[in-house]
Amino acid sequence: MTGYGHTFLALLARDIRVLRRNFGQFLIRTIMQPLLFVFVFAYVFPKIGQGFHGGSAGISFSTVLVPGLIAVAINFQGIQAVALPLVQEFSVSKEIEDRVLAPVPVWMVGLEKIVAGAIQSLIAAGVVFPIVFLVHAHGAAPKVHIHDPLIFVFALLFACVLASALGLLIGTVLDPRKVTLLFAVVVLPLTFLGCVYYPWARLTPILWLKVLVLFNPLVYMTEGLRTSLTPELPHMPIWAFMLALVGGSAGLGLVSLRTFTRRVVT
Amino acid sequence: MLTTTVVPSGGRALISGLDVRHHPAEVKRQIGVVSQANTLDRALTVWENLYYHGRFFGVPRAQARARADELLEQFSLGERADAMVFQLSGGLAQRLMIARALVHEPQVLFLDEPTSGIDPQTRINLWRILGDLHRAGQTTLLTTHYMEEADVLCERIAIIDNGKALALGTPAELKRKHGADTVITVLVEGDPAELAEHAERLDGVRSVEREGSLVRVLATRSDGVLARLVETAAELGLPVRDAASLPPSLETVFLALTGREYRE
Repeated sequence: MTGYGHTFLALLARDIRVLRRNFGQFLIRTIMQPLLFVFVFAYVFPKIGQGFHGGSAGISFSTVLVPGLIAVAINFQGIQAVALPLVQEFSVSKEIEDRVLAPVPVWMVGLEKIVAGAIQSLIAAGVVFPIVFLVHAHGAAPKVHIHDPLIFVFALLFACVLASALGLLIGTVLDPRKVTLLFAVVVLPLTFLGCVYYPWARLTPILWLKVLVLFNPLVYMTEGLRTSLTPELPHMPIWAFMLALVGGSAGLGLVSLRTFTRRVVT
Repeated sequence: MLTTTVVPSGGRALISGLDVRHHPAEVKRQIGVVSQANTLDRALTVWENLYYHGRFFGVPRAQARARADELLEQFSLGERADAMVFQLSGGLAQRLMIARALVHEPQVLFLDEPTSGIDPQTRINLWRILGDLHRAGQTTLLTTHYMEEADVLCERIAIIDNGKALALGTPAELKRKHGADTVITVLVEGDPAELAEHAERLDGVRSVEREGSLVRVLATRSDGVLARLVETAAELGLPVRDAASLPPSLETVFLALTGREYRE
């Protein structure tokens, strides 16, 4: 088993080496979207007096956005860091053929990809947090305080694992010719219907949507962070997102590892 | 199957005494694989490809570093150590793939059609490298479509067709056992009909073909047939323009075993 452990850590070291080399690119692709978002909605809008507010007295839209945009960064990074390279490795570069010859069971190569993706998601969350927290117009500051550190850490870590497992599954099943559809068909719907710009609890007037979005893993990432970062806003019950994050990570993790192994070993 | 990425539908295969079906991870530790496609890590440099490969196989850091340097030297890639892999030409990339497969000193090196679609210089260079490895005691399993290559490089050859091993042996054994013929051609001035008739009566001749003024004889033995044919031609008063004898080749063994019909 220690032999496997060494190989696992070496695979991880390789991914971190690559991340370090491409860290500039990593920062740009992580920062741009949330930065522009808070700039427009938390700075420009309040400045020019255009509508948009948190929906409750004294709560700004920026408060809604903080957990939402962090969750988006986590989710997006999971897909970007795991799925896109994997699609390449399976099709164009065939690199995967070599990687799975590392002396460990094939599922462990997949697990390493989940862990490496989760680490990148976590870094992305750390990078995005100060941006969404600090960029806003005067008087439109988000109200953020970590209400329960344990729930925060828990939600954050499982959100990263869930996003990364989703990335592994997408990367394994996605036809390389359809990669351009990934954003239109997966990333955008997940993002816009991921309770990023509105708390899930507020969806009651559109009940069908409130039920439908429960199939979206991003909802639980957002709600988990919302509960722990901006508890003033209405949020999903703690047990609900905990269950979904843990169950989803385990379930999606197993499914993605199985699919990955089956795709590699024929 | 032997490299563990295809699960066998039946039978048993052992590498260093390890069953490929039941101990794939342990088998992977024993083997080095050079696949047909370029599977080098595009996100890493030439040196890093070797270093991280060593690390994957549990080679300690300092040793992996030393091994990477050593292999770059051995495969004349030292100057390109810091180049990114996508900047390498096909020949260099292939050399790096072989170097990478050797980092962890595998028991068995697998090479999947290493010379398909590469230029003659690269091929000769590759043969030299494989010859050196062979002399250094490296067990190598090579698959190829080029019979000439198998003849030059391999000690034991298995001819496989449609998933079945049709023959196994040294090149000489295969040629002997599967009746490869020496091809003897004699080009004369004038009508060779009579020469052909004489040729058919010679000992060890399997068949005779005529093509213009050329007689082609397929013989099961190479000694004496050519000389007898030239003598006979002289006796018949036919001036001999050219005469040649081609030793038996694996190509004819292969075709004899697998048939000549075109495969999809």
